Amino acid sequence: MLRFILTRVSLIIPTFIGITLLAFFLIRLVPGDPIETLAGERGIDPARHEQLRKEYGFDKPIIVQYGIYLARVLQGDLGKSMITQEPVLNEFSALFPATIELALCAIIFALFLGLPAGIIAAIKRNSIFDHGVMGISLAGYSMPIFWWGLILILLFSVQFDLTPVSGRIDVLYYIEPITGFLLIDTLLSDEPEAFWSAIRHLILPTIVLGTVPLAVIARMTRSAMLEVLGEDYIRTAKAKGLSRFRIVALHALRNALIPVVTVIGLQVGVLFTGAILTETIFSWPGVGKWLIDAIFRRDYPVLQGGALLLGVVVMGVNLLVDLAYGLINPRIRHTR
Amino acid sequence: MTTETMEAPAVAVPTATPPHPLREFWGYFSANHGAVAGLVIIVAVVLVALLADVIAPHDPNVTNTAIALKPPFWQEGGSIAYPLGTDPIGRDILSRLIYGARLSLLIGIVVVTISIAIGTVLGLVAGFFRGLTEIFIMRLMDIVLTLPSLLLAIVIVAVLGPGLMNAMLAVALVILPHYVRLARAAVITETSKDYVTAARVSGAGTTRLMFKEVLPNCTAPLIVQASLGISTAILDAAALGFLGLGAQPPSPEWGTMLADAREFVLRAWWVVTFPGLAILITVLAFNLLGDGLRDALDPKLKR
Repeated sequence: MLRFILTRVSLIIPTFIGITLLAFFLIRLVPGDPIETLAGERGIDPARHEQLRKEYGFDKPIIVQYGIYLARVLQGDLGKSMITQEPVLNEFSALFPATIELALCAIIFALFLGLPAGIIAAIKRNSIFDHGVMGISLAGYSMPIFWWGLILILLFSVQFDLTPVSGRIDVLYYIEPITGFLLIDTLLSDEPEAFWSAIRHLILPTIVLGTVPLAVIARMTRSAMLEVLGEDYIRTAKAKGLSRFRIVALHALRNALIPVVTVIGLQVGVLFTGAILTETIFSWPGVGKWLIDAIFRRDYPVLQGGALLLGVVVMGVNLLVDLAYGLINPRIRHTR
Repeated sequence: MTTETMEAPAVAVPTATPPHPLREFWGYFSANHGAVAGLVIIVAVVLVALLADVIAPHDPNVTNTAIALKPPFWQEGGSIAYPLGTDPIGRDILSRLIYGARLSLLIGIVVVTISIAIGTVLGLVAGFFRGLTEIFIMRLMDIVLTLPSLLLAIVIVAVLGPGLMNAMLAVALVILPHYVRLARAAVITETSKDYVTAARVSGAGTTRLMFKEVLPNCTAPLIVQASLGISTAILDAAALGFLGLGAQPPSPEWGTMLADAREFVLRAWWVVTFPGLAILITVLAFNLLGDGLRDALDPKLKR
């Protein structure tokens, strides 16, 4: 087991180096002078230019420059935002909980609908329900979620006035950020209304972000269930006279869940991609919107640091999923 | 495609010949109603794109503020001259959608062509030469796969500058790993087969082996992935357009149209509804086609 863990962990080192290389060259590939790009000062005066050149190490060979960059990254120094002059890492950690909260809600939403839908579709194979679930999930999988968000706003906010259009909470509440997760922070505060406001703000973004994972999970659960239900041990269980519920819930589901867990892990990248779009539509103050804003403000340190951090987070989650998969499924652990 | 005949029953008609590969393919493909529907939609979109000059009722770029934000014809105030209404600066939405079909198909085809061309070569090289070359190529692809696809595309566009061309390049790079992996996996399974050894023994060079012997035998998964790739390309390019990083206004690209119309969502439902619907239907059609092709082409997946 230890060997398995070590191999998997060591495999992420080249990936990490690759991500840092990408972030490193990002600044240098932007047309124009990289120092002006980094410092955000146009028509910089020569003395300061020289000083910055030294500070960022631009007078050294490129490989040394990369070494300097890597050393800074490993110490958590990702540079400062050109606009706010705040360290990139601080801005990221202030905004990241909002993205996590949204992503978690989305994945929970996707699981709560997707797992039962997939299971029932598999049990009632070729029924109307099955065809319906498959059709809807294919549509969900093909959904341009930026449009889906606008349509939901049209329906629920404009037509029925049920949900707010943007933001995380009504402006009249001020919630002290304790955990950064508004659902928890509002519960800790003495304003119960604030909690409901946070919930109402979460509904539409959750549905929008959860749509693609929901479709993927429903399809995956269905096909995994179908495969397992065809196995001999299920026939044995039937022959023993076990109830249908017991067979499905205890015997089949456990094995069917293994591929589903992997798929959920792989959805993390999809979730961040979706978060960038969802946060833009709903003005959700998370890292996705922060990155897009950075592009339009030409705030390259934020773009560089943000892309690096998101890449590392996805890499970390993939590693955890890999390890978890090895834990659940001994067959994986022992191959190679 | 291998034309595996089903085990012929012992008392089969003696003259039974295996069906023509195309006929067999169509047999599998047409059994999947979704796939046929997808194909029909795609043919329709292609026709619309080709005949845009003939069938579009108006010039997609002519603005006329006098008729701004006209609703579709079935709503009060709408007219049949502008069947799906007009946008905030008075352009006919239907005409823009029709011309947008050209752009979307172009994006899908260009992106997937670039990706397949580069991806297949990289995959063939990785699969043939193994060793350090393979490790280098595959690790690189793993890195591309690790980053969330849109994030990587955004970073690339941020460096190169917004625009349709750069957006297409970015998306092509993002979907590249799928083709590299497919080609490499196919090469590795194929090279151990007898026909490759036979070709090698008779003196075929590596290039010939790669492109003449092995490549034709790994086309099936590549075709399937191409169809799915077109849908991803259209979707991602539209997303970039929506974020303002893809095609720039006044281009009638569907994602860009949505971005243009976004602030009017509260006043005019039609300006956001139709472009998105066009994206959804086209992407769905390519996904349906891809699923159908997979069932029909990949003998391993035939149930």
